[in-house]
Amino acid sequence: MLTVNRYKCCYCGACVGVCPAAALELVETWLEVSADCKECGICTKICPVGALEVRA
Amino acid sequence: MSMKCDVVVVGAGPGGSMTAKTAAAAGLKVVMLEKRQEIGDPVRCAEGVGKRVFCQMVKPEPDWIATEVKGARIYAPDGSSIVMSEDKGGSEVGYVLERKVFDRGLAMEAARAGAKVLVKTRALGLRMKDGVPCGVSALRIGEPLQIEAPLIIGADGVESKVGRWAGIDTTLPLKDIEICAQFLVSDPKIDDQYTEFFLGNTIAPAGYAWSFPKGEKLANVGLGILGSRSKPGEATRLLCAFMKSHFPNGKVVEMVVGGDPCSGPIESTTADGVMLVGDAARQTDPLTGGGILNAMQAGIIAGEVAAKALAAGDLSKAGLKEYEDRWRADIGRHQARSYEFKEFFVKLSDKDLNQLIGSLSKEDISKMDLRGMLRVLFKLNPKLLWELRHLVV
Ligand SMILES: Cc1cc2nc3c(=O)[nH]c(=O)nc-3n(C[C@H](O)[C@H](O)[C@H](O)COP(=O)(O)OP(=O)(O)OC[C@H]3O[C@@H](n4cnc5c(N)ncnc54)[C@H](O)[C@@H]3O)c2cc1C
Ligand code: SF4
Ligand code: SF4
Repeated sequence: MLTVNRYKCCYCGACVGVCPAAALELVETWLEVSADCKECGICTKICPVGALEVRA
Repeated sequence: MSMKCDVVVVGAGPGGSMTAKTAAAAGLKVVMLEKRQEIGDPVRCAEGVGKRVFCQMVKPEPDWIATEVKGARIYAPDGSSIVMSEDKGGSEVGYVLERKVFDRGLAMEAARAGAKVLVKTRALGLRMKDGVPCGVSALRIGEPLQIEAPLIIGADGVESKVGRWAGIDTTLPLKDIEICAQFLVSDPKIDDQYTEFFLGNTIAPAGYAWSFPKGEKLANVGLGILGSRSKPGEATRLLCAFMKSHFPNGKVVEMVVGGDPCSGPIESTTADGVMLVGDAARQTDPLTGGGILNAMQAGIIAGEVAAKALAAGDLSKAGLKEYEDRWRADIGRHQARSYEFKEFFVKLSDKDLNQLIGSLSKEDISKMDLRGMLRVLFKLNPKLLWELRHLVV
C-alpha cells in the first residue's frame, strides 16, 4: 500500500506528474491515492521530502 | 449548479491567466478555474524571469517584482566562478518576482479583461458528448459544478490531468523532471545584485543549486536534482547540506518544494476541444527549468488561437493546429536545443565542469550571450564538447 505521511507532505504535486497510473490527485493540501495505484514506487523516489512509502 | 461559456481554463498560474486574459480580451466568454483558495500560494518557484521578454508581455506592477538583478554568476564545483551580464547573457534572469503577488495580479488582469475567475474550484474531469469534450465537471467549494464549453484549456501545471483526460499522456519520466527544494533565506552573505548558480554532482546531481536575491539580503536558495538521480527526501537533504556549506548562518523563513518538467517538447499538446499550456504542456526550458515566460507566451498564443478557432467553428484537433505550429516554432525550437544541452550536461563529472568553467576564466564573457559563451567554450574545449558540435554554429 502507498502511504502518505501528511506531516511531511508539502503538497507540491511532483508525485502526481510522474505517476504512470494517474493514481494521485492533489486536493489543495491533501494528496489522494486512488485504487488505480500499482504500488510501483516511482513517486516515492522523487518526493522532495520523503513523504511517500510503499508498505507491504 | 451549471454554467455555459466559450472557453474553460483549468489552472490560474501564469499560463492560465495569460490564456484567459487574451481570450477574454478577444471577446470570448471565459471561465478560469483554480483549485486553490489562494492563487499563487504556496509558491513552487525560484521566481526568476528575463526582464525584456517579460515586459513585452505585461506591464509589471511594482509590487510584482522583488528585485532586479545585474547578472548571473556561475560557480564550478571547485569554487571558481564566472560572471555573465544581464543585458546580454542571462536572458533567464533580470527580475526576481514575488509570485504570490504576481500570479494573483495576472489573474486579476484576466478578470478585468472579462474572464470569470472561480477559486477553490477543482476540475474533476471532462464532460463528453459523442466522444468529444463539451465542458468540465468541477467541485466548487465542495459543491458540484457543471460547465458547458466547446473548448478546454489545460493550464494545470506539473500535476496536470487535463491532457490525460483528453488522451494525451503527459506522465513525466524520472529523467525528465527536476526535483527541487528551496528555502527563503536571510543572510548577510547574500549577493543582492546577482543570481548565483552552483554546479557540482555532490551539491545537486544532474542539476544545480541557486541563490536568487529578493532584496535586502534575502534570497530564494534552492536546488534541483534530476528525478532519476533522486531518492526519497533527497532534495531537501541536499539543500540542508548546501545551506551548511554555503550559508551556515542563513535564517530560513519559508520552504518550497516542487517538480519542474525538463522533458523538452512533448508529442502533442492538443486534442479535439483541448489545448495544453505551460507546465501542463511541459513547455519549460529543460536546461534552466525556467517556465514562467514560456507559459505566458504559450498562453497568449492559445488565447489568440481560441478566438480564431471559435470564429471558424472548428475546435477539432485539426482546427487547433495553429497553436501547435506557433508554439513549436518558437518555444519548442528553443526547448529542443536546450534538451540536448541538458542531456549532455547531466553526464558531466565535476572534473569536466571545473575544466569548462575554468577555461572561461581568462576570457571576457561578461558581454556575451549564452550562445556566444557556448561558442567560446567549444573553441576552448573541443574534445569534451565534441558531441555538441552541431549545436554550436
Ligand atoms: C522549485 C522551482 C523553481 C522554479 N524556478 C523558476 C524560475 O526561477 N523561473 C521560471 O521561469 N520558472 C521556474 N520554475 C518553473 C515555474 O514555476 C513553472 O514553469 C510555472 O509556474 C508554470 O506556470 P503554469 O501556469 O504552467 O503552471 P502553474 O504555475 O503550476 O499553475 C497551475 C495551476 O493550476 C492549478 N490546478 C491544477 N490542477 C487543477 C484542477 N484540476 N482544477 C483547478 N486548478 C488546477 C494549480 O493549483 C496551479 O495554481 C520553477 C519550478 C520549481 C518547482
Ligand atoms: S511529491 Fe511529496 S511533498 Fe510533493 S505532493 Fe507528493 S507526497 Fe507531497
Ligand atoms: S506507487 Fe506508482 S502507481 Fe502508485 S501512486 Fe506512486 S507512482 Fe502511482
